[in-house]
Amino acid sequence: MNLTYLFDPAHWDFSTGSIPQLIVSHLWYVLLALVLGTIIALPVGLFIGHTGRGSFIAINAGNAGRSLPTLGLLMLMVTLLGLGLLPVLIALTVLVIPPILTSAYAGLRTLDHSVVDAARGVGMRPMQVLFRVELPMALPVLMSGFRSAALQVVATATVAASVGLGGLGRLLIDGLAVNDYSRVLAGAIVVAVLAVLLDLILALAQRWIVSPGVRASK
Amino acid sequence: MITFDDVVKVYPGGGTAVDHVSLELPTGKLTVLVGPSGCGKTTSLRMINRMISPTSGRVLIDGKDIAGQDEALLRRGIGYVIQNAGLFPHRTVLDNVATVPVLLGKTRREARTAALGLLERVGLSEEFAKRYPAQLSGGQQQRVGVARALAADPPVMLMDEPFSAVDPVVREQLHREFLRLQQDLGKTIAMVTHDIDEAIKLGDVVAIFRQGGVLAQVATPQELLVAPADDFVAEFVGRDRGIRSLSFDTAAELPVAALPDDLVLDEAGRPSGWRSGSQVLPTGGTFTSSDSLRLVTDLAITSPVGTAVRVNGDGKADGVVRHHDLADYLAARRAS
Repeated sequence: MNLTYLFDPAHWDFSTGSIPQLIVSHLWYVLLALVLGTIIALPVGLFIGHTGRGSFIAINAGNAGRSLPTLGLLMLMVTLLGLGLLPVLIALTVLVIPPILTSAYAGLRTLDHSVVDAARGVGMRPMQVLFRVELPMALPVLMSGFRSAALQVVATATVAASVGLGGLGRLLIDGLAVNDYSRVLAGAIVVAVLAVLLDLILALAQRWIVSPGVRASK
Repeated sequence: MITFDDVVKVYPGGGTAVDHVSLELPTGKLTVLVGPSGCGKTTSLRMINRMISPTSGRVLIDGKDIAGQDEALLRRGIGYVIQNAGLFPHRTVLDNVATVPVLLGKTRREARTAALGLLERVGLSEEFAKRYPAQLSGGQQQRVGVARALAADPPVMLMDEPFSAVDPVVREQLHREFLRLQQDLGKTIAMVTHDIDEAIKLGDVVAIFRQGGVLAQVATPQELLVAPADDFVAEFVGRDRGIRSLSFDTAAELPVAALPDDLVLDEAGRPSGWRSGSQVLPTGGTFTSSDSLRLVTDLAITSPVGTAVRVNGDGKADGVVRHHDLADYLAARRAS
């Protein structure tokens, strides 16, 4: 184990290519992919879950999405679109969509039907049923899907470096290129720590936004 | 008044759930829809708040056809209680009760204040307000369900098997409290149950459905027991309907005989037993003139000497009824 690269103070200033700077750009890709993926997958998942229509989309998207190799997709996108942030973003977003879509769908489908019936029966309109009852109740399932999406994308955002962008993948790619295993190790450790920290933050967020009533009944 | 005007519901699969039902549910009364499973009682109930729409025919509330009304607004004006309460698990008890007033545009604060009063009304103390439904027992959840339905003070309430998910002891208690509440509030209530005893106990009017969504009989509980329309109703009401029909009459007009010598009284004149040789046998209970004939019959049957003892308001024995006197009275009453 050679941790010299990781603990070298010179790698912890904020200059270009330093670890903090790579963390920031890495998180930037993660954030963009999560936001974009959520914007696409959440409404679709909620629609399918709420109406029960088109559930084959949710199931197939889940299966297909999981089996797509991100690196292959990235290379395809680069071939089609050229280098830049866009192909990376597309590849990462495709990775994020399945867990969010299927968890939104599954979260709504598995709700206690009598509660949804009661919500309609007391006079909620369809959107009120969705946002005031179904969504808050499905939040634990939804959040677990979002967390698994976040973990996957933190680990996979390293592919950005393979098409010339930044992020923690730089440490892995550049380290491998010059046989600097200490640098590779540093990259792997930082990615892992980042993933754990992110999951921790999301777990805290989940505690904060999920009603204790729903937590208690699970 | 809720009116079913020749209502039919046919499901796309081909099954007829409700078959040409015409029925009036009187204002301020509790009408129970009862019948075996698959008889269309729940379907009928859910057509009143448009959770299900009829294939043909009309449902009217106070003469107004509900078909033309905004679904959500209609439902906010109708209390809705379902089996297992259907409480929102992510909301506190207080916010569950405040649901409809908030939908109607009340501020959260106003709605919560009113909700506190309602909780008390259904027998839940203030300490329950901040709890979540999962922290309540089934009976407590059902009380919250009733409070939620009452929150906007709707003139009409729909109750779908509201008491069937709780144990018999709790159900008994809920029945009592619910009847008292209804006495105060006088809502127009439609209640669905599969339990004929519950229907007879709670209903002002009972509508019995048979398989295929056909109305078999609409009558008061007493009429149902005394004069079932046909064999189906007679069988559904149960074998012991004769004795149960006696619950509806008091012993006020029942003639009593003078106290016999073998009835033992204490100093205050209260009956303490029957003398039999050297023993004193227990009376097994007494009745007053406001008790039901059913109780008197039961006392006469279980008494060791075949005689029921009547007492006045102070508990003093003031007359007895023997087996055969009771039988004569019931026979004469039937003939009249």
